[in-house]
Amino acid sequence: MYRSILIQVEDFSLDAALAELKMQSGLAGGLCFFTGAVRNSNLDEAVGGLYLEHYPGMTERQLDQIVDEAARRWTLHGAMVVHRIGHLKPGDNIVLVAVSASHRGEAFDACEMIMDYLKTNATFWKKESIPDGYRWVEARSSDEAKATAWDA
Amino acid sequence: MKVLFFAALRETMGRSEIEIVLEAPTTVGALKSMIKLPNGETLNAVSRTQSIMAAVDQEMVDDLAMVSVASEVAFFPPVTGG
Repeated sequence: MYRSILIQVEDFSLDAALAELKMQSGLAGGLCFFTGAVRNSNLDEAVGGLYLEHYPGMTERQLDQIVDEAARRWTLHGAMVVHRIGHLKPGDNIVLVAVSASHRGEAFDACEMIMDYLKTNATFWKKESIPDGYRWVEARSSDEAKATAWDA
Repeated sequence: MKVLFFAALRETMGRSEIEIVLEAPTTVGALKSMIKLPNGETLNAVSRTQSIMAAVDQEMVDDLAMVSVASEVAFFPPVTGG
């Protein structure tokens, strides 16, 4: 199974990721892509931008373990995770999760599980710029509930 | 041993990293009562009112986990990536 895990400041290209996943993971019938982008508001306040930090070394290993878990549950041809760090503006790409499998069901499920686990388990933190200054984004219990639902 | 702080906790501590000399292995919980914020409060006291997560050698752990004299320990708020 092909895998690629990247944490980077630079933007990513969906076209390039699609080409890479197709080339590296063989003849997969289902390819599922999720991209998260910076929103322009949160908790009823305008958000001018985000600053994202991570725990170098640990975060990469956690993402690797999350992909391991997806590969244990479904037969996957390939999985790619790209997460950006640093300063981002509304509309900028933050995260890409791309999964290829023989059929769509496995690709959809694995993509969603990787994303749900990433939100609650991987050591990334967001600070957002609001009209009054800055605030660190707080974890949401709804994200925790989505991630634990996979363990049921 | 090295202790790292991330995100809001790094800002509260006013630094991203400290060195602590441990005489003997201890627990994460005990380490939390040894670490003081600039206002004098211990990390242990802070963790009663806000959620603080811990990692030892880059694995998430709870307060009962052991810390060796050469461990890398990190404290941070709940994660918010994606």
